[in-house]
Amino acid sequence: MSLLSVEDLRLSFGGLAAIDGLSFSVDEAEIVSVIGPNGAGKTSAFNCVTGFYRPTSGRITLRDKNLLGLRPSAVAGLGVARTFQNLRLFGELSVLDNVRAGSHLWLRQSVLDALLHTPRYRRSERECTEQAHHWLDFVGLRGDRYGAARNLPYGEQRRTEIARALARRPDLLLLDEPAAGLNHGEKEEMLDLIRRIQGLGVAIVLIEHDMGLVMEVSERVVVLNFGKEIADGRPEDVRENPAVIEAYLGSDAHA
Amino acid sequence: MSTTKVRRLGTDKPPTRASRLMRNKWAGTAGLLIALLAPFVDATPYALSIMTSAAIAVMLAAGLNIVVGYCGLLDLGYVAFFAVGAYTSGVLATRFDLPLLATVPIVIVVTVIAGIIIGAPTLRLRSDYLAIVTLGFGEIIRITANNLDVTGGPSGIYGIPHLVENKVLFYYVTVVVVSLAVLGAARLGRSRLGRAWRFVREDEDAAEAMGVHTYRVKLAAYIAGAVWGGLAGVLFASQLSAISPGSFTFLQSALVLMAVVLGGMGSMPGVVIGAVVISLLPEVLRGLADYRFLLFGILLIIVMLLRPQGLWPARSKEVS
Repeated sequence: MSLLSVEDLRLSFGGLAAIDGLSFSVDEAEIVSVIGPNGAGKTSAFNCVTGFYRPTSGRITLRDKNLLGLRPSAVAGLGVARTFQNLRLFGELSVLDNVRAGSHLWLRQSVLDALLHTPRYRRSERECTEQAHHWLDFVGLRGDRYGAARNLPYGEQRRTEIARALARRPDLLLLDEPAAGLNHGEKEEMLDLIRRIQGLGVAIVLIEHDMGLVMEVSERVVVLNFGKEIADGRPEDVRENPAVIEAYLGSDAHA
Repeated sequence: MSTTKVRRLGTDKPPTRASRLMRNKWAGTAGLLIALLAPFVDATPYALSIMTSAAIAVMLAAGLNIVVGYCGLLDLGYVAFFAVGAYTSGVLATRFDLPLLATVPIVIVVTVIAGIIIGAPTLRLRSDYLAIVTLGFGEIIRITANNLDVTGGPSGIYGIPHLVENKVLFYYVTVVVVSLAVLGAARLGRSRLGRAWRFVREDEDAAEAMGVHTYRVKLAAYIAGAVWGGLAGVLFASQLSAISPGSFTFLQSALVLMAVVLGGMGSMPGVVIGAVVISLLPEVLRGLADYRFLLFGILLIIVMLLRPQGLWPARSKEVS
């Protein structure tokens, strides 16, 4: 049984078919990349899986549990975490608070605990903070953890967003262009980070434009073009697929 | 270090000495001490009535701060809950001869229900739309009170028993209740729920993606705000022993919102100061007769120009 299974997913906005029959599956602790030209429907597919968009038709299941029609928070509750293409950190809040958001569903703490500052409140707050530090260490954040997240440099904000998603302790992590806007050295570190996340037993679906990174890290690559799936296979096979070369890689692929 | 330079939200300067002093954890205790010692300075009925009103305004501001400051929901009809609390306790106390204290549990239940009734349909809306609908609900409550027989119509309810007869004692009761309310609101703000409120304020989609049921969390903020407002209403009914629709106009909602913005949205010490300023400044300026509200307005504009983030803004920097 695969972890995530997407079958014949269709999504249209009015008359425009953003996704037109997408099927793919992700196994436990597997890294699958979704690639395709801009506007191919990659992020829309993410939004369907995470509950932000309601697909027109299709099936999405996580360990045979239906995800369709659930609110995003319920999908998150089942063990799916994501990052956003354009960073969506809680800018005014501290870096730590951002990562604490990941622990939200794990914290056992009632309103009464909070009002009376019971030992349970103190313990859960302490654990939550420790967890946040742990995940910030894991992603290798160097910046100030106590300051506002918007003050971090761009690359550090990317890491913070991933730490926040990891603190959710997901089984499946959806990364939407994690390497966008990173310099060469930071991309190397991102590659390493993605492998270490896989090492935790977390499956990753990756949307990425950096082909070097995609070919290096993915076990499988799904290619979308105009909402249609045109290839699904091992990186080296996809690279040689004529349809993919024509649609996406263009003449540069052999340059 | 800059002292009076214009600061915009989003800029970050090292904290000034004054703001570091304000971050002192003893600030709350100091504020409480000032409130407790004030009657020893001036205990005329006029002063006591102004101070009690100021304390009630603090409670309202603390409640609205949960909704607007923590959760980022612009509520222009907050006075609705103040009215619901005041009228519920007033009607119960006068019609059923209940002591005012006995109405408190019922007031809590009724304000929770009012919060759900007003919040459930409106909280699906965002920003401007929410503001307009809450404005409408604020007016609906006032106009309903104006037209119902049970609420006494335009003349309202009078002869509401006091919580305690003695004015000085009532002031102290109010200060204690309000202090607990402020402390409670601040503690909620530092809890799991309070963080969820801020996540919603900062980015609703990202909060949802992290597993925060944003609708439920917003409703919780609204209900908490409603209960705080309703309990402030009980104190108000007890203080004046008479209430009428004229006490619950849009101007009241605007003044409470002004206290929150002036003090610093999301900052409990800030909104306490904001509420005290908003309720005391018109009294201090009383000597200016007709010009006092003009000067009041000008002073507020000056403050917002010099400190747009509020008198005592919420910090995004955490103490390690």
